[in-house]
Parts: sequence; C-alpha cells; structure tokens
Amino acid sequence: MESQSLRILIADDSETDRMILSTMVRRLGHEVMTVADGMEAVEAFRTFEPQIVLLDVMMPRMDGMEATRHIKSLAGEALVPIIFLTSLSDADALARCLEAGGDDFLSKPYNRIIIEAKINAFNRMRVMHNTLTQQRDLIRARNEQLIKEQNIARRVFDNVAHTGCLDAPNIRYHASPMSVFNGDILFACPRPSGGMNVLIGDFTGHGLPAAIGAMPVAEIFYGMTSKGFACGDILREINQKLWRILPTDMFCCAAFIELDAHLGNLTIWNGGLPCGFLLRGGRTVERLPSSHLPLGVVAAERFSTEVSRLKVEVDDTIFFTTDGVPESTNGAGEMFGEDRLRQVVEQTPLETPVLQTVLSAIGEFTGSEAAPDDLTLVSVDVIEASLLEELPLRVTQSALSGPSNWSCEYRVCGDTMAQFNPLPLLLHICMEVPGLRRRGGEVYTILAELYTNALEHGVLQLPSSWKSSPEGFGRYYAERARRLKTVVDDAISFRLSHRIGRNGGQLTVVCQDSGDGFNYNEGKLSTLDQKGYAGRGLALLRELCDSLTHRGSGNEVEAIYSWTFDPDDHD
Amino acid sequence: MAIHTRRSDDGRTLVISIDGRFDFSSHQSFRDAYERSDQDVSDYVIDMSDTTYLDSSALGMLLLLRDYAGGDAGRVRIENCNSDVRRILSISNFEQLFSIN
Repeated sequence: MESQSLRILIADDSETDRMILSTMVRRLGHEVMTVADGMEAVEAFRTFEPQIVLLDVMMPRMDGMEATRHIKSLAGEALVPIIFLTSLSDADALARCLEAGGDDFLSKPYNRIIIEAKINAFNRMRVMHNTLTQQRDLIRARNEQLIKEQNIARRVFDNVAHTGCLDAPNIRYHASPMSVFNGDILFACPRPSGGMNVLIGDFTGHGLPAAIGAMPVAEIFYGMTSKGFACGDILREINQKLWRILPTDMFCCAAFIELDAHLGNLTIWNGGLPCGFLLRGGRTVERLPSSHLPLGVVAAERFSTEVSRLKVEVDDTIFFTTDGVPESTNGAGEMFGEDRLRQVVEQTPLETPVLQTVLSAIGEFTGSEAAPDDLTLVSVDVIEASLLEELPLRVTQSALSGPSNWSCEYRVCGDTMAQFNPLPLLLHICMEVPGLRRRGGEVYTILAELYTNALEHGVLQLPSSWKSSPEGFGRYYAERARRLKTVVDDAISFRLSHRIGRNGGQLTVVCQDSGDGFNYNEGKLSTLDQKGYAGRGLALLRELCDSLTHRGSGNEVEAIYSWTFDPDDHD
Repeated sequence: MAIHTRRSDDGRTLVISIDGRFDFSSHQSFRDAYERSDQDVSDYVIDMSDTTYLDSSALGMLLLLRDYAGGDAGRVRIENCNSDVRRILSISNFEQLFSIN
C-alpha cells in the first residue's frame, strides 16, 4: 500500500517552491500536477482527480482556505486529504487552516522524510476510509435488499394467511405488522359448522426461518378448518409438517382455540404458550395452562392432541398471549412475568376488554407509551352463533356449475371410525353442488350431528345423560375414546342424494348405524331451550331440516334439507 | 453467561453448567460443550444452579443436545433449576423429554 503510486495535486504561487516540492514527490513515485493558485487548484481537482492535495495557504485569486472548501465539497463522501503548505507558525492561523477543512500542515522549508511519512499516513487513512465507505454501502444495499425481500415474503405470506376472520366482531388482537418476522403467528378462520378456530403461536427464532415455518402452518390451519376438520386433526397435521421441515432447535409454541358457538363448546389445546385464560361473563377466571410439547418437537407417534373441553356461554372471553407479554422488561431489567399477567387478567373490570387492560398494564410496567412490537395478544368473545354467520367461508369456489342430480352411499366400518373423520369428505361431495356451497355451514352441521348421534349413541352406546356436569362431560369423552378403540364389527352408513328443482334443490341424508337404536316414539326428544350440556343435537337438526324421520329400531334417520336459489348468489 | 464442563470420575457423565442467562448468545459455546467431549460419554447433566433464565432458543439447544445424546434413548438430566427456569421448562412440557430434578 505504501508503495502505491498516487495522483497528487500541488498548488503554490511560488514557482521555486512548486519545483522543489513536485520534484520530491515525483521521486517518491507519485504522479504530480502543479498549479499556481486556488482557482486553478479547484479546476485541476475536477480534471486530474487527485488523491491527495498539497495547498499553499496564501495564493493570489483564491487562497488555500477557500480552495479547500470548494475541493472538500466537490469530493463529497470520498476522503481527499488536504495538506497545507505554510511558512506560518502562529497557532491561530494554523487552526484556521484546519477549520477550513484541511487535514494537516507541511512547514516550509520542506523535509523529504516528513513529506513521505505524511503522504503515506494520509494514504493509509484514505484507503481505510474508502474501505469503510464501500463496506457501509454494501451493508446498506444488502439491508435494502433484505427489507425488499421481507416485504415480498410478507405479501406472499398475506396471500396465504390474510383471508382469515381476525376482523370478526368478537375478536380483539394486537400483533405487530411485521409480526411474522419476529416469529409470532395469529390466525382465525370460521368453521363450516359455525363458530371459529383461532391459532396463536410463537416460533423460536426470528426472521425468515420463522416466516418459512409460518407458511405451512397458515396453509394447513385455513385449509383444514374450512373443510371442517377438528382441532386434533389440524394440530396433528401441523405438528407433522413442522417436525419434518424445521431443524431440531426450531419449533412453534402455540395455542389452538376451537369455538363452537351453536353448542357452546370450547376446545383448547395449549402447547408451550403462557397460560391462557377463560373469563366467565360474571368474571370468574379459569386458567388454560400449557399441557403439551410445542408443535414440531416430537414425531407423530409421540404427539398428543388431548384437548380440554369446556362449556362456554355468551359473554365469556378466551384470552391468550405469546411469551413476549410475560417477557416484557422494564428499565430495571425486571420481567412482567406470568404472575403479574394473571393478576391483571383476574382484576380486569367487568366492562373493560381484557386485551386493553393487559396492554395498558404492560405499557405502564415498561414505561413506554406504544406497545412493543414483539407482543401478540388475542381475545375471543363468545357471542351468539347467528352473529358469526356472516363471516365469509374460505371454501374454494368453483366457477363451473357442479353436479345437481346424484346419489351416493358411504360406509365407515370397524376401527376406521376411531382413526378417521368422514365428515370433510361428505361435506366435500355436497359442496360440489354450487347452490349448496353457500349453505356449507348448515350442511356440515346436519352431517356432523347425524354422524355424532350414530357414533356416540348408536355404535358406542354412550348415554348423553352423563353430560349433565362438567365432570360427566370429561367422563363421557374419556369413555368415548376408550370405546372407540374396541369397535370391530360396527358400521355407520350415509346415503346422500340430491336433486335439483325449479327454484332450488333438495338434499336427503339417510344415516344408519349398526347399533340397537332407541324408542323415538317416547317423545323424549331434545329441545334447544334446555340448560343442560347435552341433547341439543336432534333439536338442532329439526330446526335446520324440512323433516327429520326416525325409522326401524331408531338406528336409521332421514334428514331432508331444501334450499332455494338466491339471486345474490354468484358462484 | 459462561458455560463450563466437567467429567464425572468414571468419565461417562458430562456435566454442563450454565451461568447467567441461557439464551441464543450461548448457542455456539453450548454446542461446543458437548460436541467437543469424547465418545465415551453416555450421560449428560445440565447443571442449572447458576442459570438465571432461559429462553425459547435455549429450549431448542436442549433439543439439539437431546438428539446428539441419542434422542429418545439418550440420557440427559436437567438439574438444580431455579423456579423461573423450572416454570419455562414445565410450560413447554419438557418433562416429557428430559428428566428434570
């Protein structure tokens, strides 16, 4: 570097001094241009593009100080060291030279060794400055590229995930606009049978890896939810996918909220998120703690989708946060913590949304007005099912008109019942009829209620009377799981037929099970106005269908459902 | 944050102690701690007596060690956790994967 040949500009009005200096500098191996005043120096700077400038202080037309200002402004960001040539020795004059933008002095008469040392020193500084500038520009360019890529990734991600129902009237949430890059996810999607599924989660790690993991989670969550799959099936699929694609040290802590607004059933799965809360309308608070490994940690065989089932009523609220909330830190380095979170939730006044209370408590704790960016919070209010019916379903809509006159039979036998849920498939067949697509929710409910009755009461012989208490509810589902494993010879069959009419169509579903049936003439059929935890199924069916007829020993039931063309339907 | 290792008298157990916060900044030194030990090690003990806190990336690192130690068949114990650390391990349900005392 020190032997590098530089372009050096020398400006001095004394021809003798110019000669002496330029000879010395040339002998050091540098290329030299000489000029006689400041004006020429500025002009020469443009054409010769010197790397170092040696300037006499006092020159006619334009002195060294003014020339320095011009040259420094022309050089812009590049470092062009300017060394003043002077016989001055008073401190004030020397200081003014530096204030004008000069970098150093060379005193006359010249000393060859000093000149060489200064040129080399300033060249080192110049090279270092160039290197830093280049690296800074490179970092800046890379950073711009990264931000551009993140924005593209964000748009791709939004295309996968944005169709959710986070804007539903019963959801409140806080999430940073770029939350997917801090590893947080929050999705909500209406269920075809009414109500909604919500998934809140937190990937280990930040940036692109977390966003990549979030894509399949969104895709699976929305796809399977809108096809009517249950919480356990969706979680199993997500876990499997993440386990396969993510490196060992990456996984997703998450909570799954499945809300069935028709029946008032709440299903919760919490794998590694901070304890969630169920705030009852009258403000008792139940905890929804993590009881599972996060998603993507263990293989399918070891993954548990055991869920908590709770009964909820209108005005109850479910609340979850990612660990950004308990980990919020104040100036003293103290963390907000789960205990404080629990206290804040429990002390939420009746009329105040819990989300608001928690956000303000964090703001107060951390001492910042704005909520930090890496927090994700969601609250889901239980509201009347009818208020959620307007939510757009995400069932893929086909522009082609589908089959309108058809029938089919589908039988599920033996241990298949324990491993497989036939409802998404049956719903899929029905949704091929364009006119039925808009009524996916009702069709799903009809299929689901018929199947649940056939399976639980027909095949498994479970008495719905058990569901009269929360404990009985638990016992009922535990027994359901146990008995499912023992099924060998039983079967449930569906006969579906559809025909088209002038103003609509009619779907007939006959569901038959191999169970003993029941005495449907006793008049002891369920009603919707009862307060109990169970027995709404048949009443719900009667509401939705034109007719519901039991036959045989009570193990066969026919449901007829009619629909009419709606001029506003444009499939 | 500092990570120390020592071997039991018979050389079969590697004890890894973590001082201070166990988080993403410990990633390399934590991996070095077990990957640089020789092949005779059959048991791993993570000593958390001086660990003040651990975050989710530390959970990921524990999973890496678990895989290194042989996955389900591996023998990894986590010992002497304070209550904060213990709580994070239990929220994540890591008792199902490690023996924790």
